[in-house]
Amino acid sequence: MTEVNWFAALAGGMLIGLSATILLAFDGRIAGISGIVNGALQFKPEENWRWLFIAGMLVGGFLYEYVFASESTPVSSFAPVAMIVGGFLVGIGTRMGNGCTSGHGVCGLGRLSFRSLVAVITFMITAIITVFVTHHVIGY
Amino acid sequence: MKQKLIALLSGLLFGFGLSLSQMIDRDRVLGFLDVSGDWDPTLLFVLGGAVGVTVIAFRFVLRLPRPIFGSKFYLPTRKDIDLPLILGTAIFGIGWGIAGYCPGPGITALVLGIWNPVLFVIAFIIGSLTYQWYANRSTKSDRLLGKNMG
Repeated sequence: MTEVNWFAALAGGMLIGLSATILLAFDGRIAGISGIVNGALQFKPEENWRWLFIAGMLVGGFLYEYVFASESTPVSSFAPVAMIVGGFLVGIGTRMGNGCTSGHGVCGLGRLSFRSLVAVITFMITAIITVFVTHHVIGY
Repeated sequence: MKQKLIALLSGLLFGFGLSLSQMIDRDRVLGFLDVSGDWDPTLLFVLGGAVGVTVIAFRFVLRLPRPIFGSKFYLPTRKDIDLPLILGTAIFGIGWGIAGYCPGPGITALVLGIWNPVLFVIAFIIGSLTYQWYANRSTKSDRLLGKNMG
């Protein structure tokens, strides 16, 4: 098994949970990233909070990476085909299935939604099969 | 105004949490999904920590009559398991397995100044708009069809 900084992983996960709790408690909104992006792309003034959330994500990532982190995040190899094909499928799939890891996972499971539980099980299974095929069958 | 500050703060915590938990490193995510390889359990701790907080905190939040700065909770109302849910989340999983990014980490990884997240986010937006265009088009033709049949 790969060596894991479980404390950072757990603390980071709890911050994500806290973020979702704050957004729901104060604004009544679900912190599902695909949903936030899809709504932001409608470019309506009443949906401007979504762009602020996205800006906040970048500020938070920047703060950690360049101020708090003791070592910088390892850079993965350049994979343009995987990014374009994978990104496109993520766009289609999250739109059709109404959510991603955050909307169905962090928030949906938090609401004890059965629909989201089915969603999480489905995307975990297909993602694991995909990685098995790309890493061990095709050898990508 | 207050609502927008909350959105900014909430986004900041989200991006910070994703970076701290190393989810913006796509090799970590692929290492988790590669169960038959050198398995990396990091993502399990992240999801466990996040859902652990929301399962408990949402109980209390959803007992409020309304959000603290808002007029109502915008919650998904659907409870049915239908084909678009299964097919859509299955397609999402395949894309996630190929790219190693899902939307949150893909966007936050833009701060790393490398090309992978840039291409991922552009392709994600194109995919999302493509499905929106397709869905709008089929709703329109359904309506036309309904009219003709009526």
